[in-house]
Amino acid sequence: MIELIQQYWQPYLWGTLAHPTGLVITLWLTVASLAVGFILAVPLAVAKASTYRWVSLPVSIYTYVIRGTPLYVQLLFLYSGIYSLDFVHSTPALNSFFRDAFNCTLLAFALNTGAYTTEIFSGAIKATPRGEIEAARAFGMSRLTLYRCIILPSALRRALPAYSNEVILMLHATTLAATATVPDLLKVARNAASDYYLPFVAYGIAAVLYLCISFALIWLFRKAEHRWLAHLLR
Amino acid sequence: MSFEGYGGQLWNGTIETIQLSLLSLLVAFVMGLAGAAAKLSPNRWLSFPASCYTTLIRGVPDLVLMLLLYYSAQDWLNKLTDALNQPQIDIDPFLAGVCVLGFIYGAYFTETFRGGVMAVPKGQIEAGAAFGLTRWQVFRRILFPQMMRFALPGISNNWQVILKATALVSIIGLHEVVRAAQDAITGTSAKGAYHAFFFIAVVGVIYLILTTLSNFLFMALEQRYSAGFRRPEL
Repeated sequence: MIELIQQYWQPYLWGTLAHPTGLVITLWLTVASLAVGFILAVPLAVAKASTYRWVSLPVSIYTYVIRGTPLYVQLLFLYSGIYSLDFVHSTPALNSFFRDAFNCTLLAFALNTGAYTTEIFSGAIKATPRGEIEAARAFGMSRLTLYRCIILPSALRRALPAYSNEVILMLHATTLAATATVPDLLKVARNAASDYYLPFVAYGIAAVLYLCISFALIWLFRKAEHRWLAHLLR
Repeated sequence: MSFEGYGGQLWNGTIETIQLSLLSLLVAFVMGLAGAAAKLSPNRWLSFPASCYTTLIRGVPDLVLMLLLYYSAQDWLNKLTDALNQPQIDIDPFLAGVCVLGFIYGAYFTETFRGGVMAVPKGQIEAGAAFGLTRWQVFRRILFPQMMRFALPGISNNWQVILKATALVSIIGLHEVVRAAQDAITGTSAKGAYHAFFFIAVVGVIYLILTTLSNFLFMALEQRYSAGFRRPEL
């Protein structure tokens, strides 16, 4: 057990500068997919809350399909499914993108969290108090100003508790990257487990590290809620 | 469409997925009721371990827990059989999957049920006791039916998560629908690589059908448990 820790403490945490592994990759995957998912989710949430059916329907179909299938299947679809098509092989740009496991996992994670985040944000947008919107209209605000200054700041704040849940779930979902050969924390744990045949120690270390990140995130979001949701806290 | 001769395998995999999720749901449901009872108990020796259970399990990714529990249990079993000079016993992946999924999602169900129980007005339980009902009768006739109404959205959510988490069990070697598709991809790779795209898409559609059907089921259940309760009209 001591040997395992001596041999593997660095890969567990950050690996080497040239080949980062473990915790660093897990955090990077989490942050990057959440960032892309967030950028995707804000306009999609506005579209989903729209009263025009032809605007909201495509977004509804997107979230329905993503939320109705396992992330593992989505990852397999992007990683081995898309790459098996002939036109992907013959298009250089697509070929180089989908050949890289890291790109595929990042795309799958971003699309996945984007769908869940869209649902959370559009729920918050729809729950905007009617009076706030009427007051903004009475001020003569344009549609863009209305969204920029009134609806989005208020809705994103109210979505914070549900969004913090999604962030934790995304952290947990990054473990799937290990199945696509990305050297994240779980992948290092798997290597360590098979090298020393100590599954409890190897996976236990990973579990403790994940637990620490989860607690850190929960603490961070509690701070954020105190800052941005102070008017709603009891 | 004969799915290149792999239709039967996919069908069996789908049945295996459904069985696995239903049995895991049963285990998680029972664990959740027991956990909620322990967590709400005034006895610290019961509530503290239950709090640890929900906090630790919900803070660690399900895939990490799955690998940790499955491989550690097998490791310990091997050591035990070695010590007793018995032949090695391999843990059945199906049984392991049911136990592990049930154990993990039992923690989520504990929180769902705890919220449901706390939402039932205390006066009703006191009234039941005043009528001379036993604790079991209070649970069976007053607490459970009302708790279910509050807990149903959470249960529905947890069920969808369990159903999608069964895809992960293929990683510990169970022959459910994702594994069946992977076998089909390996078997048909000579006939053209695009089969990977096709079979993974089929699995996605199967999951989509399963989640859609369970959505309808839960809508019906929600109606049943909302009997005698009218939604406030906005």
